[in-house]
Amino acid sequence: MSGLFEEIHEQPAADVPTRRVSITVNGDKRVAQVEPRLLLAHLLRQGLKLTGTHTGCDTTNCGACTVLFDGKPIKSCTMLAVQADGHEVTTVEGLAGASELHPIQEGFKDEHGLQCGFCTPGMMLAAKALLEENPDPTEDEVRWALSGNLCRCTGYQNIVKSVMWAAKKMQAQSAS
Amino acid sequence: MIPAAFDYIRPSTVEDAVNALADAGEEGKVLAGGQSLLPVLRLRLAAPALLVDLGGLSQLRGIREDGDMLVIGAMTTHAELAASSVPLLAQVAATVGDRQVRHRGTLGGSLSHADPAGDLPTAAVALDAQMVLAGPHGRRTVAASDFFVDLFTTALAPDELLIEVRVPKLQGWQTHYTKVGRTAQAWATVAVAAAVRRENGSIAQARVALTNMGPTPVRASAVEQALAGVAVDGDAIAAAAAHAAEGTAPASDTTASAEYRSHLAKVLTRRALLAAVGR
Ligand SMILES: Cc1cc2nc3c(=O)[nH]c(=O)nc-3n(C[C@H](O)[C@H](O)[C@H](O)COP(=O)(O)OP(=O)(O)OC[C@H]3O[C@@H](n4cnc5c(N)ncnc54)[C@H](O)[C@@H]3O)c2cc1C
Repeated sequence: MSGLFEEIHEQPAADVPTRRVSITVNGDKRVAQVEPRLLLAHLLRQGLKLTGTHTGCDTTNCGACTVLFDGKPIKSCTMLAVQADGHEVTTVEGLAGASELHPIQEGFKDEHGLQCGFCTPGMMLAAKALLEENPDPTEDEVRWALSGNLCRCTGYQNIVKSVMWAAKKMQAQSAS
Repeated sequence: MIPAAFDYIRPSTVEDAVNALADAGEEGKVLAGGQSLLPVLRLRLAAPALLVDLGGLSQLRGIREDGDMLVIGAMTTHAELAASSVPLLAQVAATVGDRQVRHRGTLGGSLSHADPAGDLPTAAVALDAQMVLAGPHGRRTVAASDFFVDLFTTALAPDELLIEVRVPKLQGWQTHYTKVGRTAQAWATVAVAAAVRRENGSIAQARVALTNMGPTPVRASAVEQALAGVAVDGDAIAAAAAHAAEGTAPASDTTASAEYRSHLAKVLTRRALLAAVGR
């Protein structure tokens, strides 16, 4: 044993079907044996220990579990891990570079775009998808693009400002 | 919340999918975008033994022309439809849920789910869409008006798939969808789809269908009749729209009373018609 604790993985009962999935997560190919009923959000959090993806409402409403699936925002609590087989997933852990924050992360820091922080990963990934499609959005377009993400601290004002900040910074970067 | 255990297959042909459903009998369930089914499974309102995922059927994705008709594959997502130029359906798909839901949810899933508050079923009824179903004994075509049978109930047999939806190109028609919900991502409290064809300054033909004014989408026939031949004029349209709630059976629920829904139907019918004709 390498520490005080080592998790023992119970073998699933023989009659429970499992499937092998191969998913590229934040650029790395990850292979896992999963029950078909495993949700992508749970594979990310419990299987791959990428706990930045939050599960908030469990009813597909809040958007805290938003990840990018082949570049598009989706709610990972409403996709089975087996449905993601062969696809690419980006989580909040994939946003920052080796030493620098992503401009969207900087924006949320600079403009105080979070209070409790629970909705933040989903907000940032939904914002990333928006800015890739529309690098120069209006405030209304930002609000519309984030309408699938709820903030129970109701800090929307600063969230929108953060995304606008990031849009400016990213435009300046691509111009230089 | 975790669904009860099930087995899962992702066939690559319609025939394989249909055969798997036929073998599974009552225990099988189709999975499309999962935006309605997975919440149901998580809540354990259903516990099928087998999910047949249509995600591998790329042949059911996309839009093609066939003479006067547009043929839309059942696995076309709301986002893809919203980005298309299919009359009415493109605008309607853009109002469904939020961006995340639109990237996964499909036209076929929306129609098969048949939620009375669903937007795409109403558009299908307004367009007199034809649903193409595939089953173990071959294919059949069902008119939209016969497809929606009751609350969450369609003409689909358990071993049948909705594979494509055929809608007229509606050249020369003007369309609009007006939807009222409580929040940005909310389902419709009531919504109205309108399509109008003009001839020599008057309305030659109109189609009006209502969302959430009963267990299935309904055509506002009295409005359609009242519009035939009238001038394209605000007063005439308002007079016709006043018939919108006739023959409907809206529910009362925590969102709205039946009376309020009936009121909304009239107001939104007028607005949808005016927007369609550009007033
Ligand atoms: C937060 C949220 C907001 C939403 N808002 C709206 C809204 O405003 N308006 C609206 O209309 N909808 C809304 N929806 C529902 C959305 O439109 C769903 O995408 C749609 O109802 C189901 O499509 P799906 O592809 O996800 O189907 P699934 O969830 O995979 O399937 C739904 C049902 O249809 C069956 N089925 C699916 N495809 C087929 C097929 N090809 N043949 C036979 N049976 C099939 C399944 O077995 C299941 O019973 C919302 C959903 C969420 C989560």
